[in-house]
Amino acid sequence: MMRAGLTFLLMTFAGVALGQDNCLDCHRELEDPAALAMSEDVHAQASVSCADCHGGDRTIETEGDYQLAMDPNKGFIGVPDPGDIPQLCGRCHSDASYMHRFDPNLSVDQVAQYWTSVHGQRLREGATDVAQCASCHHAHGVVSAKDPRSPVYPTRIPETCGACHADPEHMAAYGIPTDQLSEYRAGVHGRALFDRGDLGAPTCNSCHGNHGAAPPGVTSVSLVCGTCHGVQKELFAASPHQEAFDAIDEPECESCHGNHNIEAPTDDFVGVGDEAICMTCHGEGEPAYGVAATVHEEISNLKGAMAAAREVVDRAARAGMEVSEAELVLIDANQTLVESRNLVHAFAVEPLREKVEEGLALATTAREMGVAALAEVDYRRKGLALSVFFILLLAVGLYLKIRQIEERE
Amino acid sequence: MLSSLGERVFHWLDERLDLQPIQRFVREKSVPSHRYSWCYFFGGATLFFFMIQVATGVLLLLYYKPTAEAAFESVRFIMTEVSFGWLIRSLHSWSANLMVLAAFLHMATVFFMRAYRKPRELTWYTGATLLLLAMGFGFSGYLLPWNELAFFATRVGTDMAGKVPLVGRFLLEFLRGGEDVTGATLTRFFGFHVAVLPMMATALILFHLLAIQRQGMSVPLSQKEASTTNAGMPFFPNYFLRELMGWAIALAILAALASLFPWELGEEADAFAPAPAGIKPEWYFVFMFQTLKLLPATVAGVEGELVGLLAFGLAGLAWFFVPVLDIRSSREEPSRWLTLMGVAALLFIAIMTLLGYVMP
Repeated sequence: MMRAGLTFLLMTFAGVALGQDNCLDCHRELEDPAALAMSEDVHAQASVSCADCHGGDRTIETEGDYQLAMDPNKGFIGVPDPGDIPQLCGRCHSDASYMHRFDPNLSVDQVAQYWTSVHGQRLREGATDVAQCASCHHAHGVVSAKDPRSPVYPTRIPETCGACHADPEHMAAYGIPTDQLSEYRAGVHGRALFDRGDLGAPTCNSCHGNHGAAPPGVTSVSLVCGTCHGVQKELFAASPHQEAFDAIDEPECESCHGNHNIEAPTDDFVGVGDEAICMTCHGEGEPAYGVAATVHEEISNLKGAMAAAREVVDRAARAGMEVSEAELVLIDANQTLVESRNLVHAFAVEPLREKVEEGLALATTAREMGVAALAEVDYRRKGLALSVFFILLLAVGLYLKIRQIEERE
Repeated sequence: MLSSLGERVFHWLDERLDLQPIQRFVREKSVPSHRYSWCYFFGGATLFFFMIQVATGVLLLLYYKPTAEAAFESVRFIMTEVSFGWLIRSLHSWSANLMVLAAFLHMATVFFMRAYRKPRELTWYTGATLLLLAMGFGFSGYLLPWNELAFFATRVGTDMAGKVPLVGRFLLEFLRGGEDVTGATLTRFFGFHVAVLPMMATALILFHLLAIQRQGMSVPLSQKEASTTNAGMPFFPNYFLRELMGWAIALAILAALASLFPWELGEEADAFAPAPAGIKPEWYFVFMFQTLKLLPATVAGVEGELVGLLAFGLAGLAWFFVPVLDIRSSREEPSRWLTLMGVAALLFIAIMTLLGYVMP
């Protein structure tokens, strides 16, 4: 009897805990967009109710007097003040034992990181127009960051950040530029993300961080770029430029490649020509002038040798020859070109020259293979002409024999 | 001196094999001479290309490896590393196509000359079966280099076999060696190509040739009168030398094609890659492929492709059994309606093949 009563009680309370949410029921009836958005919300799916954030009593039968459910005495806070939102979200998201029930891999340091960011610091100072959790993730209808509909999904991050940072009115008070989004879109990273849908392409948060958003300072720019472009970073660190840039507080990668609008680099970036970035700091007569000119010349030599090899191999392929071996050698040669371009960041001739020579040898091999294939085409054509001549001679001989026989008859 | 050596060899063989009846037969054999006599050469050309296929096929067998892992690489090896391997492979591929073309022209001329009429029905049946076998050789051989185009074309081709009512599923799995085109398909296509089909073809060719020797060449109805007043051409040496001349010209054409337009190898097949654009079967299947492509999804409530396959099946049966269906020819009377139908069929095949290459 006692056990039956206990079961009844457990079932009753379990029903309340899992199903009954009068807030949601009423606000849906009122077609409140916030309530309607909750059907897709990750929190609602994890049985987090409206009252868990807004306070109040979701179980009470109001019988028309809605204030009974939204009673401040029952903890109802209404729409949270922006300054309180990080703390409000952090009640769960900073609680490792709670969050790991849903996903053991979830980090729980978002709020702590947020307070270190410019956004967090300004919020603490009382600014209400800075980004907090809901600005980026939305307050209702929150979906996983892995969901393409999420405002923090990689392809949507630029527009999410741009909602404030590309808005001149919003940014006027802070005196920072608003062209980052349009510049990013025009750059190699933006094009990779938007045009090719490459989710590995860096977006705003890849360099600036997300919860701990802070603009990288002059000293940390190369560290940020170096997380992906590690080889170039190491070469630069060992180059004479490192010390020189440090001495004058010059940003490293950014000085030549820009920041938001990063152009696809060309081989003319280096050298002594009109487009050469080297010439913005260096001039004729300096040792660096000679290095820049040699680096450009070495890379041009390799490209020229590869183009010549490609032309011969293509000609052999068009003539019907099997040139897959030569194609493989050209792929290897192209790899040395890529590595040579990386070695530009060493700003020294020797390591580059070594790599270029490796590439030149490969280009020569590919070219020789192409030339051999073309010689084989020539040999085949001559052989064909000779064999067809003899075969047709046989046909003519047969024809004459037939005529001779038939004339005799 | 040479002649006396030849005579001695013949005498030695004759004593043991009794060759004189054969010698007599060859000496007395004649070929009808009329304005359509040139049509007789297509049969000989088909036989010539078949012999080239056997010779080059045996050489390819020395290096070819019939597995999904090694097939493409072994053909590449033949084309790049083996001495004259490129020529042997190119000759094999070109000769295969020329053989189907010659067989098709031979069949068409036999059809229009009504050479299938009594008593040559069996020659027609074996010839028609040989044409089907030649197409089977082409279909199975196309897959063997295991390149991308052949892989997907085989998938489409075997899919069509799968649409045949009642036995479609069985046919599809029998041809593929499973649900999809895999290494198992390659192995069994290799088996068909180098064992089953050659065995059947050789037996049928022997019967076909024997029947021709027994019955002689057929004379078209329109040329019967001219032929009776004409003694015909002695088979040896007149016709034999002409045939040799024809073969020499065929060889010259084949050598020129194989050297000037070497058969491409393409990209290695990858079952997980998306199907490339412009998949087409061998040219002699294109008319069927194109017709099925142009048919609407449903015809009178039945799946369009199925209707097309049934129509081709019925047309194929009618073509095969034309010696039975063409009653007028069996009575030695001309049958103009059949000629018109034949012309219409050829036009249909030509137009559909052309559309297959020009339409996207």
